[in-house]
Amino acid sequence: MVLSEFAGVSMPDWIDALLRVIFIVALMTIVAFALIYLERKILARFQARVGPTRTGPIGTLQSIADALKLVTKEDVRPITADRWAFELAPYMAFVPVFLVFVPMPFTETWFIRDLNLGLLFVFGVLGLNIVGVVMAAWGSDNKYALLGGVRAAAQAISYEIPMLLIIVAVVMVAAGRLAVDGDASAAGSINAIVGDQTTTPYILLQPLGFFIFIVGMLAELHRPPFDMPIAESEVVGGYFVEYSGMRWGMFFLAEYTALFLLVVLASSLFLGGWNWPFGADVGLGLQIVLTFVKTSVMIVLVIGSRALFPRLRIDQLMSFSWKVLLPFAIVQVIANGIILAYGGADWVVGLVSFALLVALSGLVYYIMRRKQGEGTRTVQTTPATPRVITAPEVTPVEAGGD
Amino acid sequence: MVQQTFEGEVLTEPVVVEREFETVDMNINIGPQHPATHGVFRMVLTVDGEIVKDAIPYIGYMHRGGEKLSENLDYRGALGYQDRTDYLAAFNSEWVYVNAVERLAGIEIPERAEYIRLILAEFNRILSHFMFMGAFGTDVGYFGTAFTWTFKERERIQDLFEAVCGDRIMYNYFRVGGLAWEPHETFIEDSHWVLDQVEIGIGDVDELMTNNEVFVARCRDIGAMTADEAIAYGVTGPMLRASGVPFDLRVDEPYSIYDRFHWEIPVGERGDVYDRYLVRLEEMRQSVTILRQALDQMPTSGPIEPERMPARLRPEPGEIYMRQENPRGEYGIYMVSDGTDKPWRVKMRSPCFHNLSSLKPQVINTYLADAVVALGSIDIVLCEVDR
Repeated sequence: MVLSEFAGVSMPDWIDALLRVIFIVALMTIVAFALIYLERKILARFQARVGPTRTGPIGTLQSIADALKLVTKEDVRPITADRWAFELAPYMAFVPVFLVFVPMPFTETWFIRDLNLGLLFVFGVLGLNIVGVVMAAWGSDNKYALLGGVRAAAQAISYEIPMLLIIVAVVMVAAGRLAVDGDASAAGSINAIVGDQTTTPYILLQPLGFFIFIVGMLAELHRPPFDMPIAESEVVGGYFVEYSGMRWGMFFLAEYTALFLLVVLASSLFLGGWNWPFGADVGLGLQIVLTFVKTSVMIVLVIGSRALFPRLRIDQLMSFSWKVLLPFAIVQVIANGIILAYGGADWVVGLVSFALLVALSGLVYYIMRRKQGEGTRTVQTTPATPRVITAPEVTPVEAGGD
Repeated sequence: MVQQTFEGEVLTEPVVVEREFETVDMNINIGPQHPATHGVFRMVLTVDGEIVKDAIPYIGYMHRGGEKLSENLDYRGALGYQDRTDYLAAFNSEWVYVNAVERLAGIEIPERAEYIRLILAEFNRILSHFMFMGAFGTDVGYFGTAFTWTFKERERIQDLFEAVCGDRIMYNYFRVGGLAWEPHETFIEDSHWVLDQVEIGIGDVDELMTNNEVFVARCRDIGAMTADEAIAYGVTGPMLRASGVPFDLRVDEPYSIYDRFHWEIPVGERGDVYDRYLVRLEEMRQSVTILRQALDQMPTSGPIEPERMPARLRPEPGEIYMRQENPRGEYGIYMVSDGTDKPWRVKMRSPCFHNLSSLKPQVINTYLADAVVALGSIDIVLCEVDR
């Protein structure tokens, strides 16, 4: 979005930049508030509840009430905490998430900067997020927080690798398609990738990529089934257990902003972003609607996973990443390379990826059913035939006095 | 190189400190205030990273001396304390106590009262297992879904109990010799309706949890106990049956009128957390079967208490050990009468206390998260452990 053009007035660059920053921070805060409300409402529906109803019309002001409460709360710092690590950690978790919005395209012309290496920027900066989490965990001087922070770090490292590999696969496909127009070097830009999906969303070309991205996204966001860093029943709340007031609120805000961010990224990379599916040019107004429809669908998916999945164990999470997702991601990259090198058609790329996805699901299903075991579903029963009645009888004793 | 110590001494020799980076095991307190502990159970885990190396359970935060209190009241007055031991299955606990006193005093109770007691107790078993499903689901990591779904069903049963006896948790409805008062007029119809709803609810829980890959991954082969180990620890109830021992006091030492119904005992194979869950799930279905038969057979009218009851209960001197199958296992009351109107000794044998003693070998050398799941699968009620 070039504001100076949009508003029709010319202004100095620094005012332009400042306005964009304010715009993004304001927009993201509103989006995060809306997401928190939506999550509570949708989760409530999954759980046979109604969710917030008392604050504002059908509870829509709940997030604002929560934010007010958080702002007015006392900011407690444990006396044994590492002061600087503890106080700076929320910013460290919060700032990268907002920075990542720079190359995010909401419509064809609405974005801050069309970075040539936008994807690299996104993952490079988003990876800093984990530093804040580890700082919070270490600085809190709390064992639960430490465990949660270490879990978060291990999880972030393991899941960014298959995720990045799958991004490489997507960029390969995009480069192959963009090379037809003679501009393959733009394949690192999110905008160019979205622009290429006017006729074919990449989910059709890289279904495995979409799956791995969603799984990695859930892990990145500490969402069930990958929410061990904040697992309430184990580490009570994980790395932010000692935080209160607005510092805790910043972690919370960062979490929901990251959710929106990754969902926008997923819809840009795989669902065609602002494009109407399968062609047809649409105007600016409809593009915004399309972006938000696609992101909303995925947000409901993410929230649904929170309602319907229990939590994996940390070693299971790691082995799922390193032993299942990573090999499949590597195979996907190699397969894409071979097919594209020989100039294979799009449908071949899609078919191979789909076959890999089926293989992955089949593998997981097979392993889990084997683990579950045969015949345990119907528990063995023995008919209840009464045996000899040995009812306890009163036996007289010499009962002593007090 | 010259180094100066804090005392101001000057060391001429450089001091090279050889440091090995030893790792130190960390103690973690789970409880008494922790989202994963049911009630005020505390366990101190020694963890090496995520692996539990040692576990020390602490109990006693809820000790109220219920046994001694019962000895200072007459036989009828101590009934209220029974509700407050196993508060999730209060009818079952009351029933054991009432049965013990009746056998000690040789009181026959009318058939209709027996049926109503059995129906309420079996309903309470379902209620208790629903509670287990919800809490266990939370331990495994469902964000409240299992909890709200099961509580929806639990609420229906509690509504029925409220209609019968006016209370939702601490019923205090059974009396020595019968019942406190007649249940409400539509008791049988209401029970049938609740049963229908509850059966759907059991199916919902089944669909939500049983075949979920993540759930299976978390529960299979965790905290496995062989039959011998389970017997050695004095484990009873669903935990024992999950280990493969078809021991159910309703069959093995029949009390009340359980011999009139046809039903089955679910038995697990591996004795792990997943089997315990499956056994409880199937037990709920079996309880529904029992309840349907009982509601059909139940006489619609008749007395609910004996015609003559002594004003003051003074059983002959003697002792009795009455044990029954509670949702959590064998709940027993040992009672000694010295001929006065107060029991000379009351001892409660609580299943959770013995089941809980098997926790330590289950959690050692597992992951921290498994320890929480293993604790949840025992389905403890701390009020009953501490009494």
